[in-house]
Amino acid sequence: MNNLYKYLLTIADNSLILAQRLGELCGHGPSLETDIAITNISLDLLGQTRSYYQYAAKLVGENKTEDDIAFLRIERDYKNCLLVEQPNTHFGFVIGRQYLFDVYHYMLIEKLQNSPDENLAAIAKKGIKEVSYHKRFSGDWVKRLGDGTEESNKKMQEAIDDLWRYTNELFYLTEAEKEVVKEGIGVDVSSFKEEYYKEVSELLTEATLTVPENKYFTKGGKEGVHTEHMGYILAELQYMQRTYPNMNW
Amino acid sequence: MYDELSYKLSTFYIAELIVGIKKKDIMSEKEVKNLEEIFEARIARDEKIEPKDWMPEKYRKTHIRQISQHAHSEIIGMLPEGNWITRAPSLRRKAALLAKVQDEAGHGLYLYSACETLGVSRDELYDQLHSGKAKYSSIFNYPTITWADIGAIGWLVDGAAIINQVPLCNTSFGPYARAMVRVCKEESFHQRQGYEIMLTLCRGTEEQKAMAQDALNRWWWPSLMMLGPTDAESVHTEQSMKWKLKRKSNDELRQQFIDQTVPQADILGLTIPDPDLKWNEETGHYDFGEIDWEEFWQVVKGHGPCNKERMSARVNAWNNGEWVRDAAMAYAEKKEANKLKEAI
Repeated sequence: MNNLYKYLLTIADNSLILAQRLGELCGHGPSLETDIAITNISLDLLGQTRSYYQYAAKLVGENKTEDDIAFLRIERDYKNCLLVEQPNTHFGFVIGRQYLFDVYHYMLIEKLQNSPDENLAAIAKKGIKEVSYHKRFSGDWVKRLGDGTEESNKKMQEAIDDLWRYTNELFYLTEAEKEVVKEGIGVDVSSFKEEYYKEVSELLTEATLTVPENKYFTKGGKEGVHTEHMGYILAELQYMQRTYPNMNW
Repeated sequence: MYDELSYKLSTFYIAELIVGIKKKDIMSEKEVKNLEEIFEARIARDEKIEPKDWMPEKYRKTHIRQISQHAHSEIIGMLPEGNWITRAPSLRRKAALLAKVQDEAGHGLYLYSACETLGVSRDELYDQLHSGKAKYSSIFNYPTITWADIGAIGWLVDGAAIINQVPLCNTSFGPYARAMVRVCKEESFHQRQGYEIMLTLCRGTEEQKAMAQDALNRWWWPSLMMLGPTDAESVHTEQSMKWKLKRKSNDELRQQFIDQTVPQADILGLTIPDPDLKWNEETGHYDFGEIDWEEFWQVVKGHGPCNKERMSARVNAWNNGEWVRDAAMAYAEKKEANKLKEAI
């Protein structure tokens, strides 16, 4: 498989798995308004996923479809980072996971808009407004929960503390990514690592939260080595396609 | 200036105000009757009643009951369909289902808002739902056990809902009528989407067709029940007709639904699970078999297959979200206080 294909997966799988996680919440949010907003983010991410996969399917040829890529891979072939597969433990985790991802996602596709690859640039241009909304939504909620009540502060802090160890992986480059960056098509995610931690730390501080000092990070997702949650996510995601193979839906 | 203000804030002034309101409240029977006559005449002329207009207490209460039941149905209705979001068989279907369930949340939102214009808060309405005092459409107490159920809900449940709801676009209470215009547009889109899911299944493999038939078998009768009890049993019909909350009786609506749906099932090549169903040349309608009203009342009274699950999902979401709502409130208050401080 060529590097561009693999590169597309590292971006698109994040969106797919996060959309799937957010989809679990539909109908169970703390208020109707947040329920609608979270479903909306899930929908945006799913839309972006489809654009990337459709492009990836074209690269592969052989009549491959977006659904083949989304549903018919083994766990080791999903290249999403570990952060997005973390569970909806409570609303603080939903918001924490979203915010820590959104800041990264925004920086990534902001730069991806300038890719000489027209398809990539077009997907990024279409997505930037959506992601900027996601970041505003999740950032505002980090502030509300952090600087809300004592209980919400504790819960938001707990989520940030637990999720922090997955942030470093966002800036890890796989071999395929390095190649695509070298070709000038992809974005070197490590280039905005410092900027990322600066922005996140500022918002956490504003939200009266403590920026974790943990220096021990976990990675693996981008190489297909996932947390134990992933198998269950895929069991649901792939259920229909695996139970009823080769059918149209 | 100061004198006027302090007077207005004095308990004396407030007491006067209360007395004034009370005086206003206690109208003679004749006055009320006059107002009622004017009110009914406005409705008869097809004028819209707006939230600030005078209205009989019964009108207000009936509308709160019906609109909130409708809103609750949208919110509870998110659950059986939401059950398939993570397992939808393709990305396109997943996106469409997410969007559909989101639409339902949106319908809930503007129906609750329409209800609030009648002087009841959303929290009170939630309380009524969570305590079991308020009802919602019984259809959502049935489980969605296969993907075809998502198709069947769109086709049959949304189909029956549209038949119930289209006349409400011209109902007398303005906010409800306007909300329903939008709801109906979206519902009819959902229905087409549901039918398209069924069509795809029926054009697919034997296994898929069997899945579609099984879904029709399970959803057909509950969908007929959605049009409400038979006219003889329906307690609200007469008054509701007068206020244009209803234009046709339950039995007429049910007949309309059946007449419209049978040919659609034929196109799918599916069999409606009613051995008594047949076209009646004389009446120009389909005759159909006896509805199991015992089952209907059992589910209405809270003993359907999923009543308990639906309620506990809603109550859990609400209770688990309390700290979030409290935080948002506390944060907003802090920001407001800071703004005031800055202003001073």
